[in-house]
Amino acid sequence: MELVLALGIGVLTGSGVWLLLRPRTYQVIIGLALLSYAVNLFIFSMGRQLKVGAAPVVAAGAEIDPLAFADPVPQALVLTAIVIGFATTALFLVVLLAARGLTGTDHVDGREPER
Amino acid sequence: MIVAPEHLVIAPVVLPLVAGALLLFFDDRERLLKATVSILTTVALLAISVVLLLTAHADGEAGAGRIAVYLLGNWPPPFAIVLVLDRLSAMMLVLAAALAIPALVFAIGRWQKAGPHFHTLFLLLLMGLNGAFLTGDLFNLFVFFEVMLAASYGLALHGSGTQRVRAGMHYIAINLAASLLFLIGVSLIYGVTGTLNMADLILRIPAVPAESRMMLEAGAAILGVAFLIKAGMWPLSFWLPTMYMAAPAPVAAIFAIMSKVGVYVILRLSLLFSAAGMPEGPSSFGWQLLFLGGVATIAFGAIGVLASQALGRLAGYSVLVSSGTLLAAIGLSQTGVTAGALFYLVSSTLAISAFFLLVELVERGQDAIANVLAVTQEAFGEGEDDEEMEPEVGVTIPGTLAVLGISFGLCGVLLAGLPPLPGFLAKFAMLSAMFNPQGLGEGGAIGSASWWLAALLILSGLSALIAMSRAGIRTFWAPVDAVVPRVLLIEIVPVGALLAMTLALTVQAGPVMRFMEATAEGLHQPWSYVEKVMEQPRATGREGMR
Repeated sequence: MELVLALGIGVLTGSGVWLLLRPRTYQVIIGLALLSYAVNLFIFSMGRQLKVGAAPVVAAGAEIDPLAFADPVPQALVLTAIVIGFATTALFLVVLLAARGLTGTDHVDGREPER
Repeated sequence: MIVAPEHLVIAPVVLPLVAGALLLFFDDRERLLKATVSILTTVALLAISVVLLLTAHADGEAGAGRIAVYLLGNWPPPFAIVLVLDRLSAMMLVLAAALAIPALVFAIGRWQKAGPHFHTLFLLLLMGLNGAFLTGDLFNLFVFFEVMLAASYGLALHGSGTQRVRAGMHYIAINLAASLLFLIGVSLIYGVTGTLNMADLILRIPAVPAESRMMLEAGAAILGVAFLIKAGMWPLSFWLPTMYMAAPAPVAAIFAIMSKVGVYVILRLSLLFSAAGMPEGPSSFGWQLLFLGGVATIAFGAIGVLASQALGRLAGYSVLVSSGTLLAAIGLSQTGVTAGALFYLVSSTLAISAFFLLVELVERGQDAIANVLAVTQEAFGEGEDDEEMEPEVGVTIPGTLAVLGISFGLCGVLLAGLPPLPGFLAKFAMLSAMFNPQGLGEGGAIGSASWWLAALLILSGLSALIAMSRAGIRTFWAPVDAVVPRVLLIEIVPVGALLAMTLALTVQAGPVMRFMEATAEGLHQPWSYVEKVMEQPRATGREGMR
């Protein structure tokens, strides 16, 4: 499972960085979105151990086995990061549209490069 | 001394949030109401911050100061989020509120009409700033950073226009990428140490096994890059001058402190981490990188200041010079230099803020393109020499221009670091600490780094002086048929207020400098900070409601 996750993060990051460096605003925003997916997965993987089927909250009174439960902190972090990332991406989309309307081009510098 | 009630610590975060949210309920046409509410809020913020400052400084000059810890969820300290108030955060709170009031008053003149929800965004920006200064938790710092940035995106685009949107787009893209780096850094640190609490982190770092050390250092480095982008260290700073120039004047005035947030976090975290032995010794890679980066930023900023054709861009590059000076001074990692740097932080932020407000007033009367042409003509020597100059006898300078000119001159003196204003005192404090590393008159070896920084500090002052006098002469003396800009009283008073604050810093330089020294002392010896945070007892039952 570690390998799959690592490959997934790697592919997302690679594509994200490549798109981020492209000259069109739409490519930039998709690149940022892919990067934020990669970062969210990365935060997840930074929990104590990757586990499937382990509960993050242990029932009160039950015997606590620290090996059998998932780290809840990264999950809380990812949730926050998703919400913030989503909101800022939406805001960026609006700016992108405004820039398209005002400058008449979708180049990131607001004008086409001279050929 | 005044000792604040314990819940006052969270007021700088809650107050602007509530006021900002409340203003959403009113129509944008009710400008008077909105302006009144937001100015009253910032005045209250200033009062609260001053009380908190007095609380943090309560033990007088010698002691470690009083560190107030506020447990947000009332969990015992390594868990959940804490707010920590010490001298440094209290000082930054006061500075933020002191900048906000003049900026808001200035905005009443015309800027608040330029677009919707100006006051709400402004108050939310303040909330993010204050939260970032107060928090003692790395991830919470991220959240407050995002609140601040989201509000700043809105404010930067306030008033719209092609130039603003174009600069804003770059600003947002860069900051979104920086936020992702921030997250990667935080999660790496969490993955290795298992904690996000800054104080707990320091206790756990020495126990990190050698094989995970690399990961921890990588995490810290990535986190550092995110803050350096905000602070505008060269080569991560090319977005900054354009962005600050394009932003509306009152927004640029408060943005002057936003680049200082990056500096603040770097100062706090690097000194905390070094207490845990992470950059080992003052000559390790981290400190050197900060120092060299700071030096490069000063050089880049100073050249930019000289080359700037528009006043706004000049102000933007001054921000870079100021950031660079702070980073390089932090990189030296000496208590005395840090104290001087803190003084410099306050005075340069006030000066740059006043300058941004002033630039907009001055440029109202003139054509920006004419300005660019004037510099080009100067450079190529194609002046109006062949024109017959009428002998002007006793040209009267209109009152408005006189006031603007005097303020402009004061800004120039501040940015260049000439006496008697605090720009000089701050640079003097830094230089004197650099050349007396063991204390005044005690001698001690002066490193080559100190010589470099001293030379650059003085040269950057010279470049600011040249650029400011050139711009001043061109703006106020050269044009014979000058159009007097229409300036409202309410717009010139904030500039005067900011300059008066710097003047007060000069008059009160002794106590202020002693405060800065105590602050720097506390930062370089963070164990009392760590102890205080970790041993904060939970509030229990009724006692907690006290």
